[in-house]
Amino acid sequence: MSEQMFPVLLALAILLGGVAGAAVLTWWERRLLGFWQDRYGPNRLGPFGIGQVIADMIKLLTKDDWVPPFADRVVFIFAPTAIVVAMMMGFAVVPFAPDLMIIDVNIGLLFFLGMTSLAVYSVLLGGLASNNKYALLGGLRSAAQMVSYEVFMGLSLMGVVMISGSFSLVDIVAAQTNVWFCFSQVLGLLVFVIAGIAESHRLPFDLPEAEHELTAGFHTEYGGMKFAMFMLGEYLGLMLISCMIVTLFFGGWLGPAFIGHWLPPLAWFALKVLLVINFFVLLRAAIPRPRYDQLMSLGWKVMLPITLVNLVITGAVLLWMEGGF
Amino acid sequence: MLEIILFYIAASIALIATVLAMTRANAIHALIYLIVSLLAVAVIFFLIGAPFAAALEIVIYAGAIMVLFVFVIMMLNLGEEGDARERGLLQPKIWAGPTLLSLMLFAELLYMISTIEGPVSMQVVTAKDVGLALFGPYVLAVEIAAMLLLAGLVGSYHLGRRYLEREV
Repeated sequence: MSEQMFPVLLALAILLGGVAGAAVLTWWERRLLGFWQDRYGPNRLGPFGIGQVIADMIKLLTKDDWVPPFADRVVFIFAPTAIVVAMMMGFAVVPFAPDLMIIDVNIGLLFFLGMTSLAVYSVLLGGLASNNKYALLGGLRSAAQMVSYEVFMGLSLMGVVMISGSFSLVDIVAAQTNVWFCFSQVLGLLVFVIAGIAESHRLPFDLPEAEHELTAGFHTEYGGMKFAMFMLGEYLGLMLISCMIVTLFFGGWLGPAFIGHWLPPLAWFALKVLLVINFFVLLRAAIPRPRYDQLMSLGWKVMLPITLVNLVITGAVLLWMEGGF
Repeated sequence: MLEIILFYIAASIALIATVLAMTRANAIHALIYLIVSLLAVAVIFFLIGAPFAAALEIVIYAGAIMVLFVFVIMMLNLGEEGDARERGLLQPKIWAGPTLLSLMLFAELLYMISTIEGPVSMQVVTAKDVGLALFGPYVLAVEIAAMLLLAGLVGSYHLGRRYLEREV
């Protein structure tokens, strides 16, 4: 009974935790941004302004849920749900602690890549169904950006897969017991972080919704709960990418080898994820938005060669260590 | 038993979605049904013991190739005019011939399936097996595919460059 109920309960916990986490993140991000930009951010409502989360939620829930008459109604309503569903599915393979995960499949990493690649439809179809030129341009940009960055997002992880010899995320964490992959796969980590930001289209890579040229890009026509779904999807994406960075490169639930494992595994995991999220917020505060052609040429002319070099070096070192030469 | 129920659910979703994909006049709606159909096929792959093929089906077909299809439709932006033309293509005299030929193939397939005893395959094909097969007995096919892709890449670069030069 409890054996079978555990994944179901955990899935419910992740569902609720994801939504609540995304809501709190909106406040946390604005406070951090305020701190780094030498201003306050939302600090009026409740202790440290955390009541802002509830105020925002009430505002979004009570807004008029409107579909523009010129939009493609069915696709317009379907689009925001796609990103939330895809990102939530992605959490199914994340190992939060030993035995604390929904499923441990032998293709866990590929499952994660598949789910992030499905999330692109949300932005694409949202932009198309809006029947608005800014939304269409935003959708087109996002499609080109996400399909391009997906290529080396997958390739940058192959070094990790080669060393650990498995697509299973549990095996990958277990392979980092002595040395985390952030030391042996520096290039892979670099490319994965950049591709991760581009995949979740956050600043500085939020060209699909660049407000200085496209008003609000793909979600120009969206308001109320449907807009909130897009935002929820974006923050879920941020959390998912952070979880994956921690799992793949920073030892998942393992503590650093030189300190030991004196915290419970889940606490190590949460601590590291929080640090990575803060790093993403810092990036948003520090780096301006690039031009669109700069973004694409960075991807194909810099990121792709780096990943290929990383693959060749990793393969060569692995063969050398096994005495293949 | 559970696998069989799951298989029939996934298979019927795939069939219904494919039929709807063919009969929709709006290209975007048709593509969404096609994506659903591909996802259902991925579930079937997973159920018959090919998780790696299932993952590739989602990552490559649903996640990349169909995105490019939607991308092209967005660039063309056909709208109501395109819908009207599509509706014109759904006349019996256009689909009767292909349907007849497909029905003959379907009858052949039914006959072949009915002659097979028991489950087709209960062996799980892991990612490692796929890799060993690709770079073992099928290495020639992989190399030929690589050459073909390279030729496509060079060709599209050539065409794109000529276009850029004309603009300047």
